[in-house]
Amino acid sequence: MLKSINPAGSELLGKSLATGAALIAIVSTITIVIFISIKGLSTFTAYGVSIKEFLFSANWLPDRPPGEGGPQVGVLAFIFGSVIVSMLAVLLSAPLSVTCAVFIVEIAPFWGQRFLQPAIELLAGIPSVVYGYIGLSVLVPFIRDNIGGLGFSVLAGFLVLSVMILPTIVSILTDSLKSLPREYKEAALALGSTRWQAIRLVLIPAARSGLVTGVVLGLARAFGEALAVQMVIGNTRKIPTSILDPVITLTSAITMDMGNTPMGSLWNNTLWSMGLFLLLMSFFFILVVRYGVRKGGISR
Amino acid sequence: MNSRLADRIATFIFWTGALLVITVLGAMIVYILYHGGKYISWDFLTKPPQVVRAGGGIGPQIFNSFYLLFLSMVFTVPVGLLGGVYLAEYARNNKLTEAIRLSIETLNSLPSIVVGLFGLLVFVNMTGWGYTLISGALALAVINLPLMVRISEESIRGVPDSLREASLALGANHWQTIYRVVLPSAFPGLISGAIITSGRVFGEAAALLFTAGMSSPALDFSQWNIFHPASPLNPFRPAETLAVHIWKVNTEGLIPDLRRVADGSAAVLILVVLGFNLAARWLGRKIYRQMTAA
Repeated sequence: MLKSINPAGSELLGKSLATGAALIAIVSTITIVIFISIKGLSTFTAYGVSIKEFLFSANWLPDRPPGEGGPQVGVLAFIFGSVIVSMLAVLLSAPLSVTCAVFIVEIAPFWGQRFLQPAIELLAGIPSVVYGYIGLSVLVPFIRDNIGGLGFSVLAGFLVLSVMILPTIVSILTDSLKSLPREYKEAALALGSTRWQAIRLVLIPAARSGLVTGVVLGLARAFGEALAVQMVIGNTRKIPTSILDPVITLTSAITMDMGNTPMGSLWNNTLWSMGLFLLLMSFFFILVVRYGVRKGGISR
Repeated sequence: MNSRLADRIATFIFWTGALLVITVLGAMIVYILYHGGKYISWDFLTKPPQVVRAGGGIGPQIFNSFYLLFLSMVFTVPVGLLGGVYLAEYARNNKLTEAIRLSIETLNSLPSIVVGLFGLLVFVNMTGWGYTLISGALALAVINLPLMVRISEESIRGVPDSLREASLALGANHWQTIYRVVLPSAFPGLISGAIITSGRVFGEAAALLFTAGMSSPALDFSQWNIFHPASPLNPFRPAETLAVHIWKVNTEGLIPDLRRVADGSAAVLILVVLGFNLAARWLGRKIYRQMTAA
């Protein structure tokens, strides 16, 4: 049936190209998972480290000589750092984002949607290195001089992250509030509720799944961010006892040590295991968004 | 508390929250542009950086960023576009399509440092290339593929069915219809999408540390043989981009005029990224207006 040899006219060629491109997405995802898993599991298979020790021990002595008891690679301090910094960031950022999104959609729709929303979308494109650099040059000295400690701290880390994820969350929330049918709000107002009651009792519950999606994606972004965090948290390899203590995260450990440790050494393999942990966490976040969130809210 | 008062208080809180957000974000931009803007000069933009002395520029870093952007788009645009064509035009409602969508969602939410690790393993070590521009470009292509696919799918779906039907009625086959009718109509959306993607490439750093590397060889801008190691166009050389440079000068802290270089670079980076985004909006709106003849 191929009447034409002109590539622009060949149905078979076109369809194959398009299918091939779509398959590249599947192939790259599977390749990433396989390669990171093989490398990441070698800490446990080749070096015999137990998964329990890796996840639940805070003893990080990857280069202790065998005479003194051998190396230990518990990464609890790193996991704790990642979790605490990103959770605090979301706790600060989520309420602010909801306020901001409701403001844009309901309180001041004219200049909210005309100026504020485009401005926030532009800000979502600002590179994370810039957020980290502002944290380093403004926030860290400010904390050091006015609050105490070295400045490089949990506090600086989560503040930088919360500002960084704000535009992302606000954009998602704004879209989900905007997509609600007008009748919801009109019905609430017609029943005599004030604007606040309509927002609190009708609009926010109806947009619930969008809210949760936004917050989870913000959390995922904060958890996976590397450089912005690494620049401001001080990177001390132990569990912090105060919000002004320095801390380390999985991502910042990978960033700092990957270049200085020989490929195949235990220390280096541990970094790959941390990478695998990050990969698994991002699967977890996707599952939450795909299957956890869609149950709630209105179904249309 | 009466509900009218509660409404007033809530309105006040919404105003305060929104103002706080916009003030913090606005202050940040103004701070960077003000502090960095005063260091931007022709010299700063063109001279090579210094390792331990003051007075370095960011010329090679700016060049590397743009060149890396170009190289990664060479992979991202065709694959992303065709992927979008598949999802919008060919995909049936079956397991394969579901797998493609799940993969794209997964790729989209991977932390960029994980993609960087994958790049180090596959594009740097397994290929034996070492830290090169091409490894960095491939890692960036992995990061941007999902966005490009999604944007092309959306713009292709936005093309009215009447155009497709007219083309098919004239005897064109499906691919001819896509190639000659659908893609040209989806052009504005595709262009804006490509520009937005470019902005992301320009600011990415974590995925590049271990793929394109953290150093640049001395570049000879009169050497246009792309296989020469000092040629700026050689894709098989290491290259430090502007975003990586900001991170590196701060972590190493070797140069005495660190603040000048970092402030200036951050300002240039923000200007370029904002420029990309504004250009995408402006161009999208302009082409849209032309095509709808409004």
